Amino acid sequence: MALLQVEDLHVSFRTDDGIVQAVRGVSFDIDPGQTLGIVGESGSGKSVSTQTIMGLTRGARVSGRAIFEGRDLLKMKPEELQQVRGVKIGMIFQDPLSSLHPFYKVGWQIVEMIRLHEQVTKEVARRRAIDLLKLVGIPQADRRVDDYPHQFSGGMRQRAMIAMAMALNPALLIADEPTTALDVTVQAQVLQVINRLQREFGTAVILITHDLGVIADVADEVVVMYGGMVMEQADRMTTFGAYHHPYTEGLLQSLPAYGGERARLRPIPGQPPSPINVPPGCPFAARCPYVMDRCRVEMPPLAQAGTELEHRSACWLPHDRAAREGLRRKVIGQSLSVSAEA
Amino acid sequence: MTTQASGPAGSRDGDVLLRVENLVKHFPVRSSTLIQRGARDFVHAVDGVSLEVRKGETLGLVGETGCGKSTLARCVARLYDITSGRIEFDGTDITRLSTGKMRPLRRQIQMIFQDPYGSLNPRRRVGSIIGDPFAIHHTASGAERKRRVQHLMELVGLNPEHYNRFPAEFSGGQRQRIGVARALAFTPKLIICDEPVSALDVSIQAQIINLLADLQRELGLTFIFIAHDLSVVRHVSDRVAVMYLGKITEQAPVEQMWAHPRHPYTDALLSAVPVPDPASLDRRERIILVGDVPSPINPPSGCRFHPRCPKAQQRCVDEVPDFIPRLGDEATHLTACHFPVMDGEDISQARPAISADLRVVESSIPEGSLTGISGGEAS
Repeated sequence: MALLQVEDLHVSFRTDDGIVQAVRGVSFDIDPGQTLGIVGESGSGKSVSTQTIMGLTRGARVSGRAIFEGRDLLKMKPEELQQVRGVKIGMIFQDPLSSLHPFYKVGWQIVEMIRLHEQVTKEVARRRAIDLLKLVGIPQADRRVDDYPHQFSGGMRQRAMIAMAMALNPALLIADEPTTALDVTVQAQVLQVINRLQREFGTAVILITHDLGVIADVADEVVVMYGGMVMEQADRMTTFGAYHHPYTEGLLQSLPAYGGERARLRPIPGQPPSPINVPPGCPFAARCPYVMDRCRVEMPPLAQAGTELEHRSACWLPHDRAAREGLRRKVIGQSLSVSAEA
Repeated sequence: MTTQASGPAGSRDGDVLLRVENLVKHFPVRSSTLIQRGARDFVHAVDGVSLEVRKGETLGLVGETGCGKSTLARCVARLYDITSGRIEFDGTDITRLSTGKMRPLRRQIQMIFQDPYGSLNPRRRVGSIIGDPFAIHHTASGAERKRRVQHLMELVGLNPEHYNRFPAEFSGGQRQRIGVARALAFTPKLIICDEPVSALDVSIQAQIINLLADLQRELGLTFIFIAHDLSVVRHVSDRVAVMYLGKITEQAPVEQMWAHPRHPYTDALLSAVPVPDPASLDRRERIILVGDVPSPINPPSGCRFHPRCPKAQQRCVDEVPDFIPRLGDEATHLTACHFPVMDGEDISQARPAISADLRVVESSIPEGSLTGISGGEAS
């Protein structure tokens, strides 16, 4: 059974310019121990989705369901949600400084977090805080537990955040751009820590990022979002090797190839759509090389594509692989299978 | 972008646009301890860097946060006065040029910055922002200025009719185009791009990279391209220099660098990049460096990388390695390392042979022994 099951989530905000439809009918689920990668560009609704699930989007109009361990998070009272947030679902964000209080020692903040939810003595909690800092690879943890956040480097702060998020051994960890502000070497360290925690504790992880490389590295399942909707969902091999949706294709082709020739890049033309006064049809239609008349009036459902049962794509293009491939050759002048190298 | 085969040493000399010799930039900081009050410490931001940039090429500059790459760029553009060393631009020694003498040269050295939001004044119209260089250098005014600004806007793919709009009315990618247009005002010879695409989404990033490549070809521009995204650097650069704590640790033509990284730091950097190809990621041996970059106030002795280096030995602590071709590399491939990485060598399992107090040591807990620690139910 799925640990978290999100169904038809809609989130909108009232602003001076009109109603911002940030999330428009998103569904996904995640099993215990699994890593779900959510990838998308700015404004795709990837962060708003998970923030809403955690009750962190105040003033938003929300509909849909988010079933966690049998209960709907969206229907919980604030005090009920507090027993889930941070306890059963841990969270880490891009900017650790915004989540660590600058006035208090790092260790103290972890101790408080533990003692708020568990009946343990200060000494026990402190020992656990030190162990947690060791666990995420903070050098000299027994000394640095008494440091303030500003005495930590960026990578160490992010580790401290992970330590805090893991303090109560949550079943699910939501990591929103956890490595975006970090150097690649430190990013590798942090991803390694998350991976290890997952292996040892069986924690499920939702990893939200714009970095396709990170997704390819750690995600089991991948959800590709655009304009507040899920465009494609598949396991990671399918996402990178046998994608169906033109947006996924566009994203991957925008990247500089890591091997092979330094050919000219193929960006997606145009700009992402405005979330205000959303036109009907597929949000990607205006930038899509395969666009058809139907795409501009009717949003395609997220339906099975190809042969994999779990591979779903929201696109009117033929879901049968041979036909899709034929179209690609006609429009792009190149076949799917070589695209990764070209 | 253009790939230039390096000709014989003699003829190459004339092609050099920028030559930096032993550049040092130290920033004074106040000592934090009470006893030493008054004594001065220095941040060794750039500590003896020499490099050349040839006409029409793109030199990529990579390294972690705080390695000095941006400081180096700002020194080259003479936005900072340097502590010591020599900078030669297009045959002229510009190291100590006065502000007045520097001014005509400033037209030829331009910068593009990372943050398209922070580098544009939100209250000024785009036409006036892009027209600034013409106003500052008194070269065009009135209708002539407007005409030239609109030409620039067209050149970078902006609609010239948007002359009177404010920066807020443009998207991130378009704002970066405004930054590019402003830098191009006088058809400069050298453009220093400091993380020009880091703040942009991938699909927009690709648009800007292509734009820069087109402009380079059409206008014969020379780029210094600073980025932390190594796949972007690989895509745009002809040659790459890797910096660590104020020094260049390795420099090579881009394909050489990726095929035969010699410095363990380069090797670690390249192996840490997550590439969007699951199959190759699964095959690859990751080199995970321990710890963070040490403070540049008291940089480590010898090779500055030794506290984190998996191949470190006592010699690395005692002796600064020369920056020379290693292991029979060509003259264009320079490495500052006593124990360079051999072809096919896997250093992911290497262990340093220096005492623990000289290394960055990460506290660790052996695999499988964690269950007692964080068990919420257990306590």
